[in-house]
Amino acid sequence: MKTFSRIYVALIILFLYAPVAVMVFFSFNSGSSVWIFDKFSVDWYKNILFDTAMMDGLKHTLTVAILSASIATVLGTAAAVGITALRKKVTRSFVTTVTNVPMMNADIVTGISLMLLFVFFGRMLGLSESLGFITVLIAHITFNLPYVILSVIPKLRQTDKNLHEAALDLGCTPVQAFFKVVIPSIQTGIFTGFIMSFTLSLDDFVISYFTCGHYQTLPVVIYNMTKKTVKPDVYALSTIVFLTIFVLLILYNIVQTKSEQRRNSRG
Amino acid sequence: MNKKSFGSRLVAAPYLVWAAIFVIVPLLMMAYFAFTNESGAFTLANISEIGRYKKAFGVSILYAIIATAITLVISYPMAYFMTKMKVSSQRMIMIIVMLPMWMNFLIRTYSWISILANTGLINTFLQSVGLPKLKLINTPGAVILGMVYDFIPYMILPIYSVMSKIDNSLLEAAQDLGSNGPSRLRRVIIPLSMPGVISGITMVFVPSVSTFYISQKLGGNKNWLIGDAIEYLFGMGPDYYNVASALSLVLMVMILLCLAVMSRFTDDDEGGVIV
Repeated sequence: MKTFSRIYVALIILFLYAPVAVMVFFSFNSGSSVWIFDKFSVDWYKNILFDTAMMDGLKHTLTVAILSASIATVLGTAAAVGITALRKKVTRSFVTTVTNVPMMNADIVTGISLMLLFVFFGRMLGLSESLGFITVLIAHITFNLPYVILSVIPKLRQTDKNLHEAALDLGCTPVQAFFKVVIPSIQTGIFTGFIMSFTLSLDDFVISYFTCGHYQTLPVVIYNMTKKTVKPDVYALSTIVFLTIFVLLILYNIVQTKSEQRRNSRG
Repeated sequence: MNKKSFGSRLVAAPYLVWAAIFVIVPLLMMAYFAFTNESGAFTLANISEIGRYKKAFGVSILYAIIATAITLVISYPMAYFMTKMKVSSQRMIMIIVMLPMWMNFLIRTYSWISILANTGLINTFLQSVGLPKLKLINTPGAVILGMVYDFIPYMILPIYSVMSKIDNSLLEAAQDLGSNGPSRLRRVIIPLSMPGVISGITMVFVPSVSTFYISQKLGGNKNWLIGDAIEYLFGMGPDYYNVASALSLVLMVMILLCLAVMSRFTDDDEGGVIV
């Protein structure tokens, strides 16, 4: 039984990583095919540095990811505080439902509905180009918000309400109490929300595709490249992105393990 | 007290305004486009156009159901085996499962072309050992494989996270009361892991039924899904926005109906369907 389960888990991991291995392997191909290997070379890695479309895409993706994750974290944390303070159950479940909408809807529906909104207002204002940086940023903030809210709310429920009141009794203003007592006790939730938003934003293709106009993010650039025949340059770029995320994930995990250890040693 | 909680409720105001403008209004806008013509007059013509896309709807639903079923059958044992491991290995396997999720799905899908193409890795291998080539790319099977591959972490993770929280004493109690392996699985583990299964099914079915990239890359032109139809129509320009909106509206209603049916199986009211 034990051997069977080990083999099963190993097979699933093989299935998950076979295409990744293929991608990394062919990114080092000297030829321009993604299935016939010629010789080892790092030319494609050098090439992408001079590919302005890709580099612009990377810049756009990072800009949108950092800005949208930051704005969504601030708005979403405030929203979570407000939602937990709601006393009527009906209002709370209504707000929760609205929050869940972007998560439940298919990406294509979210993307298209936002695009229609932007195009409609663009026409009303008589703009020649209604889609661009601002619209893709708004779209990303919108789909990131639920993830921030849903990672902060559980932390808020776990915090002791008396702490906040004790801070007020000891002379804190409500604002001070919020920043000195509430924020530190929910910071892991805020951090998780930020990381989730950032990675979702980096990875998003469908919603960006419909809302970015000429401000193409990296996945949209990749989509347009894969419409034609693909050369190993896309694989080289993806290998770099993959390794970056790998490192980020390891770092995130180290931070989490440390904070858990601290909590355990304190308790 | 009242004043304080009014203040803390007020901090949600910017979000509520945001959600109203960028979540609710866009959906109303979609409905508006679906029921009007180019000049803005009310019409049902767009909705009746949908008849022409019956086949795409049918194929999308069929492929998505098959892909979801396969994903569930593969993921359930995986999640179960994960919970039986040492805690440190569980953590590591979880990272391993999550990692491909952060790799762009366009590339994950595209890498399969290298493997499945007519001159790709599998066929090269088959030829080198003297076997005939197989037609792998541009088939329904390739599209379904793409869906399974792209979305399988979304099935494994929720099932695993629910299963790992099952109280061990319940399993021991079942054993003490005479439940052996299979019946313990059927009567204790499966019912208790249902919430994870339901959210896994949702998280695989929704992106599968609405995808357009996977079908274009792995299905050639023959496996036209509803997502392809919507993407194609929007790409044709503003004249086609109305019909495309009607298709999106129907897709959304269909998905919401599926989710409503699914959520009847769970009684978790506050967390919603996803958590």
